[in-house]
Amino acid sequence: MMPVEKSLQQLVPQISIKNLNFYYGKAIALKNINLEIYKGHVTAFIGPSGCGKSTLLRTINRMYDLYPGQHADGDLIVDGKNILDKGVDTIELRAKVGMVFQKPTPFPMSIYDNIAFGVRMHEKLTRNQMDDRVEWALTKAALWNEVKDKLNAPGTGLSGGQQQRLCIARGVAVKPQVLLLDEPTSALDPISTMRIEELIHELKRDFTIAIVTHNMQQAARVSDYTAYMYLGELVEFGKTDEIFIKPQDKRTEDYITGRMG
Amino acid sequence: MNETSHVSSQFDEDLANLRTHVLQMGGLVETQVSAAIDAYSTGEVSSVKAIVETDRKVNELEKAIDDDCAHLIAKRQPTASDLRLVLGISKIVTDLERAGDEAKKIAKGVRRIYENGHMPVQYGIGVRHIAEAALVMVRQSLDAFARMDSKLAETVIYADRDVDTEFKSIMRQLITHMMEDPRTITTSIDIIWISRAIERIGDHAKNIAEHVIFVVEGRDIRHPGKKGGSAQ
Repeated sequence: MMPVEKSLQQLVPQISIKNLNFYYGKAIALKNINLEIYKGHVTAFIGPSGCGKSTLLRTINRMYDLYPGQHADGDLIVDGKNILDKGVDTIELRAKVGMVFQKPTPFPMSIYDNIAFGVRMHEKLTRNQMDDRVEWALTKAALWNEVKDKLNAPGTGLSGGQQQRLCIARGVAVKPQVLLLDEPTSALDPISTMRIEELIHELKRDFTIAIVTHNMQQAARVSDYTAYMYLGELVEFGKTDEIFIKPQDKRTEDYITGRMG
Repeated sequence: MNETSHVSSQFDEDLANLRTHVLQMGGLVETQVSAAIDAYSTGEVSSVKAIVETDRKVNELEKAIDDDCAHLIAKRQPTASDLRLVLGISKIVTDLERAGDEAKKIAKGVRRIYENGHMPVQYGIGVRHIAEAALVMVRQSLDAFARMDSKLAETVIYADRDVDTEFKSIMRQLITHMMEDPRTITTSIDIIWISRAIERIGDHAKNIAEHVIFVVEGRDIRHPGKKGGSAQ
């Protein structure tokens, strides 16, 4: 099934996770996670609620810093640096590792400014350069044609699916290396979902993507690699094709076939 | 094979029904093959009609099961062992239906032979022997499916070689008979058709066994030689 050239292709790890533990206060939420997220590929994280998949995603760009009492130990190497180290510039990190959430979160400002806001924090661009960047990001997010005539309209006036693509455009605009998508389509209708999935397929040429989803078929459709997590542990990681046809672990099998009570 | 229940009991029920229907169809085909062999041995031409009649039921079941598979895929999007089971069943019923067709061919051949005279004694033993072997293969392949027993399925695959070898030896004997006594040609050709049909039944049983191994282990062992049994 897998074409020969593809299996021979060199896999370059974009993110290397070694012996990662994560704690909410005293409660341990991630137990000794070891995993590599490959460059230019989509990795899906699946598992029942509370298994730690969103926690893992939030660790990758240190979103947890915003909450006292949460901490992580182990190695989480992005771009050669352990991002769990003290003194890591989280603003710079989050420009490198963008995130899109379950519910669309447009800023209460114009469509144009939604995109430009983040870019202004990291780069000094001329008006023309900024126009180009906004167009580029919106085109990447497959939204340009729908909004090009109303860039000054508020972002909150768009439909749910459009808002989510706006958020993806905002993430893409700062040219990150990695995009983290936390259940990006769970609040969207099937057509908007298909659009986002199509977009993920397009975006993986330029970015490494990690996606958390409750929709098993979505994981099967959009990802190259799948990680199954359960109770804070990484149970199985492998090529998506193999996980969905012949998983190695009984727990993975039970979950993806809908046998877990 | 995963025996844990699904969260959706309706899904469990759908899969169980599917398996029951396959076994029901398998039972009918087994009866067809067995009756065709009996007709060959005893000359009871009267059973031919029943064998042809059963074939209609088998065809109907094949269509119904395939339809159920399509519905189940559309409704449940089965994955992993469930997906392999549904894919396997859809292929197993094709082989079962064809095995049924071969049984029908045997029955019609037997009728032609007995209506034109009687069965020459010397032809009996070899053909009956591979017929019994093929029938055992059909039974075992169905047992292997019912119990999801890949070891038993492997036994069936090995047995197919013996049937193939014996089929060739029957061919040689028949050629010798025809050369020695050209008056036997008409009957001999009918017996060639019958032996060929028996050999094909063995092949279908072997295919079913291969599908069972795919369902149970996720290994596709068809057409070995080039790549061997890889997971994909």
